[in-house]
Amino acid sequence: MSAFAAIVVRDLKLAFRRPSEVLNPLFFFVIVASLFPLALEPDEASLRTIGIGVLWVSALLAQLLGLDGLFRHDADDGSLEQLMLSPVPHGVLVLAKIAAHWIVSSLPLIALAPLVAVAFRLPDGALPTLVAALLLATPALSVLSAVGAALTLGIRHGGPIIGLLVLPLASPLLIFGARATDLAAYGEPTAGPLYLLAALAVFAISVGPIAVAAALRVGVE
Amino acid sequence: MTAEPRGSAADAGLDAHGLAIWRGEHCLFEGLDFTVRQGQIALVVGPNGAGKTTLLRILAGLALPTAGTVRWRGEEVRALPAERRGEIAYRGHADGLKRELTVRENLEFCRRVWNAAARTDDVATELRLDARLDVHGRHLSAGQRRRLGLGCLKLVGARLWILDEPTTHLDAAGRDLVLDWIRRHADDGGCAVVATHQPDELTRPGTLVIEL
Repeated sequence: MSAFAAIVVRDLKLAFRRPSEVLNPLFFFVIVASLFPLALEPDEASLRTIGIGVLWVSALLAQLLGLDGLFRHDADDGSLEQLMLSPVPHGVLVLAKIAAHWIVSSLPLIALAPLVAVAFRLPDGALPTLVAALLLATPALSVLSAVGAALTLGIRHGGPIIGLLVLPLASPLLIFGARATDLAAYGEPTAGPLYLLAALAVFAISVGPIAVAAALRVGVE
Repeated sequence: MTAEPRGSAADAGLDAHGLAIWRGEHCLFEGLDFTVRQGQIALVVGPNGAGKTTLLRILAGLALPTAGTVRWRGEEVRALPAERRGEIAYRGHADGLKRELTVRENLEFCRRVWNAAARTDDVATELRLDARLDVHGRHLSAGQRRRLGLGCLKLVGARLWILDEPTTHLDAAGRDLVLDWIRRHADDGGCAVVATHQPDELTRPGTLVIEL
């Protein structure tokens, strides 16, 4: 457990010491979301119709940015192979890396999402559901991304390939997340899609690290 | 080599059997057998490109050989349970340090992940890095980084050290320190496998030389 904490703390420190990698996806999220009203008719009704979709798609794409660095930096300076040789079980090690990545990349985005939602005239009642859906969807997305990042470790510029690998797998998250927010905006019960998101998160977190660890073992060879 | 009794595998240390590496059509080595007993130093020598690094990575369990097996105290290295992996430490060309972290943070991280008993301050003093504890990794010279990397290895307290040209970038004092560590490690019953271009530095009675 102390090793888990040590890895999370180290990765958080590293993230704060190269802040551009944390901030770039956030800026991307805000900019992409705010470009849509410029390209479309900016009246309240159409903003509200497209808002939820725009929000979820730009959040998903922002999460994919900076993904490449999840294992790449550690692989380049040799610390990944050291970690793989350490007495920490590979699953724990991978979970710690993913947890740190989630804290750095997803939490700020979840905090910003309600602001962007308000700009799209989403009803206030939908905001708690939006945050809840993001809180459930992003851990699963982080795990999926880690699978992609680990599989493409041997490829020099793996970034775009990670997107191709991860985006199709992430589509259920997008569908249920957007659906839950949509239902909340119309005041309908949202439990169904939220439960499905939770199930996906549990599945990803329990099975994902094993797949990532196996991919990493091949990747460091 | 095959006559080696398997019953005493636990004190055999590192046992490589029938190792072969093929790079496509090209064979780096084949049918390589050796045993490094506890308290023994093994030197891997050979020209550049002979496969020294590849061999060391196989011994550490990072890479797979085309054929053959590597056992550490009777257990295959790739199948070692997590809690026993700490018995083997590998240091390659990359030091495995974080340039954004300070010397102290790097050492402290190793200590916590490997659950080591040694004190980081003592290791830093021995490394002659005690005055630079709060300096970031990227501001260290290549030699200092090398020393810090080896310091982490010392901190961890592994039984088998696998070192890839550990004395590159080091000044005379640093080299003496590292060579002294390796000799003392072997005297204390540890194993060391060292790839080197200066085999004379570590040759002593009982040293095993693996030529590729």
